[in-house]
Amino acid sequence: MDLTSALHLALPELILAVSVLGILVYGALRGDKAAGSVAALCGAALIAAAFAAAFNGHGKVFNGSFIADGVANFAKTFIYIASALVVVLARGYFERQNNNRFEFPILVTLSAIGMSMMVSAGDLIALYIGLELNSLAAYVMAAFRRDDAKGSEAGLKYFVLGSLSSGLLLYGISLVYGFAGSMNFDAIAASAQANMQVGLIFGLVFVIAGLAFKVSAAPFHMWTPDVYEGAPTPVVALFAGAPKFAALVLLARVLNDAFAGLHDQWAQVLLAIATLSFLIGGLGGLMQKDFKRLLAYSSIANMGYAMLALAAGTDKGVMALLLFSVLYMVDTLGLFSAQIALSRKGIAVSKIDDLSGLSKVDMKLTIAITVLALSVLGMPPFSGFWGKFFVFGAALEAGYWGFAVAGLVASVIAAFYYLRIIKVMWFDGDKGELDKAPFEAKWIAYAAAAFAFPIAAFALSGLYPLAETAVKSFGLN
Amino acid sequence: MLAIAFYILAAVTVVSGALVITARNPVHSVLFLILAFFSAAGLFVLMGAEFLAMLLVVVYVGAVAVLFLFVVMMLDVDFTKLRQGFANYLPIGMVVGILLLIELIMISSAVAQRGAAAGKSPQVYGAEMSNIEAIGRVLYTDYVYVFQAAGLVLLVAMIGAIVLTLQHRTYVKRQDIHTQVTRRRKDAVAIVKVKTGEGIKE
Repeated sequence: MDLTSALHLALPELILAVSVLGILVYGALRGDKAAGSVAALCGAALIAAAFAAAFNGHGKVFNGSFIADGVANFAKTFIYIASALVVVLARGYFERQNNNRFEFPILVTLSAIGMSMMVSAGDLIALYIGLELNSLAAYVMAAFRRDDAKGSEAGLKYFVLGSLSSGLLLYGISLVYGFAGSMNFDAIAASAQANMQVGLIFGLVFVIAGLAFKVSAAPFHMWTPDVYEGAPTPVVALFAGAPKFAALVLLARVLNDAFAGLHDQWAQVLLAIATLSFLIGGLGGLMQKDFKRLLAYSSIANMGYAMLALAAGTDKGVMALLLFSVLYMVDTLGLFSAQIALSRKGIAVSKIDDLSGLSKVDMKLTIAITVLALSVLGMPPFSGFWGKFFVFGAALEAGYWGFAVAGLVASVIAAFYYLRIIKVMWFDGDKGELDKAPFEAKWIAYAAAAFAFPIAAFALSGLYPLAETAVKSFGLN
Repeated sequence: MLAIAFYILAAVTVVSGALVITARNPVHSVLFLILAFFSAAGLFVLMGAEFLAMLLVVVYVGAVAVLFLFVVMMLDVDFTKLRQGFANYLPIGMVVGILLLIELIMISSAVAQRGAAAGKSPQVYGAEMSNIEAIGRVLYTDYVYVFQAAGLVLLVAMIGAIVLTLQHRTYVKRQDIHTQVTRRRKDAVAIVKVKTGEGIKE
């Protein structure tokens, strides 16, 4: 395919890359005074890219290292929108913290480019570069409050453990390359078909481990609670949704495109990861006192469901993954926005005990948090229920009865800690007036809550066919 | 002629490599390291890989070794202290070294017999094209996408380093040459009539 059509298919990335370079120069010239307009420009670029992605065509270009198919376009649209919302959230948050630097929205945009490279990766080099682009920006964002001890600790921890996982991933990639003789997913699939070697499986397991770190699935989850607690909340709102979605889509692509023939082998690995995630996410959350740490354990458990959907290895599994990830992304974005909205005398409300009696102080936010918590828990009729419903549907179809039951049990255990938040907010004595909730955080939380209950039921009738058509062109088969 | 050059360069590489770890003065170690890189670059040239040779000199000597030299000279690292456990760690180090040596011999004998990577021999460009030209063609055609993306990764690294380390200290007084030069007498000097016995109020 010629260069014009290649550039046409990579239009969302091109929009982002070109505009981020321009905005960077503008920001560097104007300095931190321009933080507001830099944020606005980055947000506009992300929204423009989301439109470009939504109406993008299909094709495989750049020697097969860039795939634009339905799944990639679907994922990119939502990733860009989530990143734009984070830019909005972060703008107010850092302004209130007097940490108003123009680099932040630029880093968000660059990490969005990394994420879209991940969802479009057609070979192992693009996979690695995309992952590194996203991770490197994420390390910096995690340590953005560099004068804060917890913030720097979060950044350093994330960086060291992330480098370790990159090392594992690269080791896996080199093994796969050595045994398959190619970086390209299709060529790897052909080589695996022709000549099954143990080295390939070894490499695959390492690749899965590297990506499981990115999504914080169980044996590789160590960084999650500390980073969630220490990093600035808007950054966590980003980490919890978009990069995980991107890494999950990437994992789906690697497994279903390059290693479709080895389904029996990798399904076992994914099921083990899923079970461990259920266990650690469910039990670990019980003892937490910090709101963000609690959500970290909740996200570990939720990644278990995503892994379960992937393990099915069917189109239905990938579709369940897409719907689950989008619904979950909305819920976490809402919960973290609500956390940003809550502060008492300029100090963020971070402990669960500090939420005590919130219903008497701020009724609307209490309702929003309640709805979002019930949704993450998977209570019908909230949106989280539908996400899990599709995941279990895919798992049962693939015959993983036992693991689906384990997932249900984990949901029941996790219900305890979500219900504890709700109980504390509604029935305990209040702890005094809150500061005025910032406009943007408040409204993103309301909107997410409104999505979780009444809107999702209608939105799903649109999302479902979208995901269905997206999966039909998965890997351009 | 080629053989003589090879043996000289190889000998220098091995000897300077050994001196890197045995030299007492850390600055000498770094200088020997640079020598080792240079002679390894010479070996690459003998193999006809002039681009790799240049890369080795530019990247390792130009950046890494000079950085080492900076660290060694700028930081107050007590190398005699670091060296104290040398005898204790020697046996483990020897085992690791011998294992690595065995692996290297195994790999090179396997490659010598069967060629590299899954029996596929590397694609050979026409003899009229130099190495650099061939690499450039691949880099800017087949891999242009990841090449540009790698550029973005480096950009992120640069932004990150600045974000995390640059501090604008407002309390530091800096010289502003423009205001200094354009200062007038009336900006700086005020003539005040002072009453006797009262002094000047601020």
